[in-house]
Amino acid sequence: MSRRAIVTVPKQAKRGEVIEVKTLAQHVMETGFRRTQFGEEIPRDIIRTFVCTYNGEEVFRMELHPAIAANPLIAFSLVASESGTLEFRWSGDNGYAVTEKTEITVV
Amino acid sequence: LRLLAFLVLLSPVSGFSEERRSGYEFMSRETRAMQDDDAANPGMFWVLDGEALFRRRESSSKSACMDCHSDLKGVAARYPARDAESGRPMNLEQRINACRTERMKEKPFAYESRELLSLTAFIAKQSRGMPIEVGKSEAGEAHYRQRQGQLNLSCAQCHDERWDRKLAGTPVAQGHPTGYPIYRLEWQGLGSLQRRLRNCLSGMRAELYPFGAPELVELEQYLMWRARGMKIESPAVRP
Repeated sequence: MSRRAIVTVPKQAKRGEVIEVKTLAQHVMETGFRRTQFGEEIPRDIIRTFVCTYNGEEVFRMELHPAIAANPLIAFSLVASESGTLEFRWSGDNGYAVTEKTEITVV
Repeated sequence: LRLLAFLVLLSPVSGFSEERRSGYEFMSRETRAMQDDDAANPGMFWVLDGEALFRRRESSSKSACMDCHSDLKGVAARYPARDAESGRPMNLEQRINACRTERMKEKPFAYESRELLSLTAFIAKQSRGMPIEVGKSEAGEAHYRQRQGQLNLSCAQCHDERWDRKLAGTPVAQGHPTGYPIYRLEWQGLGSLQRRLRNCLSGMRAELYPFGAPELVELEQYLMWRARGMKIESPAVRP
């Protein structure tokens, strides 16, 4: 299964402006509570944590749990303070790890 | 609660009109917002996977979809269509598999497999915004009007005569297949029109035709004809 993530951040913002960051990660978020039609447990496979850093500084962190839907959409706001890099990291069960980076210019 | 919902559903018929509405118009604001923004629509993951599959070549001696096809704009708006050889209607999934077996000499993808859904989504998205142009299936219409199952219901009783009434708290839509394959929140994934039709049949406690059964394809074709002129939304999001 491919490991994709779609991140939407404005390319440019004014200093001090509140911007919306939107992320969508491709993941089944298998709860671990379900069984197959033959009664076998389907092992848990979820994203455990999501972290966003802004020029190396952590600005958003989230713990994910089995009740969260597949392909979780995480949106939050940030104050655009300086130009630089936003890095997004998802990590979870079975060695799941995805990193995405975007650049933002603050004028 | 289910029973109550059914009683509400079966209460006297109200205004059936010629006005046609996509399932989109029956959705909440939040679900519409998911569909409207490709960055929030999980169906786009299948579109991206489909694009990768479209370009993939198993080995240098094998062919890829893109060797023959470049632009597939408008194709999804014309399916299901009659197959010249068999005279039967063929849906988009079957067309893809026919291309694989006859021209690429590959194994067909299983129905509802990630590969087949991805390729279908990739092709269907290229027709987004285009009007549906599909010929009528008489057999499909007969099936649509036929009462069936333990509840003795026909498709028409809900989707022609009782749309916008509530079934288990949500409005019954008119049943126009404008956005398939759809990302259905209930499924937590992408699924085909046939999967959706089988859901309905199981709700009616009727016989579930297997995937790819001619009965389902005829019904698909009739539904697409019924939605002719409406715009393709693939990959749509539905609750």
